[in-house]
Amino acid sequence: MRRVNIFAWIILLLGVLYFFLPLFSTLEFSLRMVKGHYTFEAYRVAFEDPKFYQNFGYSLLWAVSTIIISLLLVVPTAYWVHWRLQRLRPVVEFITLMPFVVPAVVLTFGLIRLYGSPPLTLTGSPVLLIAGYVVLSFPYMFRSVDSGLRAIDVRTLTEAALSMGAGWGTIISKVIFPNLRVAILSGVFLTFAIVMGEFTFASLLAWPAFGPYMEEIGSMRAYTPQALSVVSFLLTWASIGLFQYIGRGAPGQEQVAGAH
Amino acid sequence: MSGAKTDRINIEGGAQAAPPQRQKIDWGWLGVLPFFIFAIMFLFLPSASIFIRSFESNDGGFTFQNILTLFQERDIINAYKTSLSISLMTAIGGGIFGFLLAYSIIMGGLPRQIRTFLMTFSGVASNFAGVPLAFAFVATMGNAGLVTRWIEAILKIDIHQAGFTIYNIGGLSIVYMYFQFPLMVLVMAPALDGLRREWKEACENLGGSEYHYWRYVALPILMPTLLGTMILLFGNAFGAYATAYAFTGSFINLVTIVIGAQIQGDVLYNPGLGNAMALGMIVIMSIVMMIYIQSQRRAARWLR
Repeated sequence: MRRVNIFAWIILLLGVLYFFLPLFSTLEFSLRMVKGHYTFEAYRVAFEDPKFYQNFGYSLLWAVSTIIISLLLVVPTAYWVHWRLQRLRPVVEFITLMPFVVPAVVLTFGLIRLYGSPPLTLTGSPVLLIAGYVVLSFPYMFRSVDSGLRAIDVRTLTEAALSMGAGWGTIISKVIFPNLRVAILSGVFLTFAIVMGEFTFASLLAWPAFGPYMEEIGSMRAYTPQALSVVSFLLTWASIGLFQYIGRGAPGQEQVAGAH
Repeated sequence: MSGAKTDRINIEGGAQAAPPQRQKIDWGWLGVLPFFIFAIMFLFLPSASIFIRSFESNDGGFTFQNILTLFQERDIINAYKTSLSISLMTAIGGGIFGFLLAYSIIMGGLPRQIRTFLMTFSGVASNFAGVPLAFAFVATMGNAGLVTRWIEAILKIDIHQAGFTIYNIGGLSIVYMYFQFPLMVLVMAPALDGLRREWKEACENLGGSEYHYWRYVALPILMPTLLGTMILLFGNAFGAYATAYAFTGSFINLVTIVIGAQIQGDVLYNPGLGNAMALGMIVIMSIVMMIYIQSQRRAARWLR
């Protein structure tokens, strides 16, 4: 395919330009707080704000809670679907794809209307926020764990362990989990990346988080928002980078879409 | 006693060791129960409540008026038009450019490292959205953005003075493209990789040219993936809220922005109408998903 080389290089150049120009601009912009010099002043201002740590801390808390709950819900389900209940597979798959059918704004709308008043009022606690995030994490978590389970022979491993007298605790912790570590970590990193910068749920459900904080700073200040963008991008880059590094060679690790 | 049991197993071949009465009650469904309870509580009930309340009038009675109003009120029609057109534009634009980039990466004879790097980067970029993305483009093409200043320095034109603005549908489309086309790259690259060398050789052996190969072999095989992914991009843009909100505030009336405003206060002066708008989104997204799943099925016939 030597003939198309020039064309390929032109497209590549355009792509790289489009990829990097906004990133470079953001970095450049964030360094321009002091007139005439490039300084890290904007970063100093950003990191000086106690609310930065507060909101970042909240986002960490949401992310960790989401990851734990998502794992507790998805891993056993994916495991059972592989081991016993293969009939349920299309149903489970459909549910994990629901966040694409019901966008975050719409889901928030439904959650607030449903749980904003008795008989079951949940708007006072972060339950709805975490629930929204867990729903958001389903496609990534399920796909990661599912492809991990597909790579190992769940049935044989489980039956072998059972016939050698292992209890369920042993099977989960000593047989299945070690084989799934890579798949689970992939899902964890993706979920982490998504929750840390998420805006829609946190903003509309009125909980403190890094996303709404960035937006608030954006409407108040110049230069610092871009500094925060750089921080956020590095965070995404690190999480996804780790995800792709861990998932090397693992099958079926393509992503469907992000949360926008 | 244990000796007798071993004998029996030996006779039977050892396969049916489990006592039959224990298999009668299958506790398997217990493992998936929490997942389904969660899904019902936080996915299906909210969706169902949106559906039901779309047909509820202000005094709680049954009405079709909310659904009818969707097609009558100018602001709502415009919101849907804006959302649909921006989704369509970025799906087609992102789709074409993403395909070309994937093609260049896979078949353009580029060095292997570039390919790995671009694929990783596409993974990051497709997830780099929302507030930070909006700020990035303000720093790029906003009033004091880098590109704006470059154009000013080189061409001596202040484009924003001349009436150019990025805070409209065109500008927002450029921003959306940033997460749209990497997604296309992520899906198309493996699909292009799946085109077998034999197919091209067969085409050449039969006297086909490069044009014939693409026109009659490669594109028909890729078409379901191509269209399916573009449909996915469409839905991706249609449901987007954070990026648009952070980029333009409430300037551009997207459906998501109107629903967001409805959550923060009853801007439509009619809660039922808000539900109907949300229902409209679910309906459109369901159609998108159905076409996508269908296209995936078709694509699976040739590509794996």
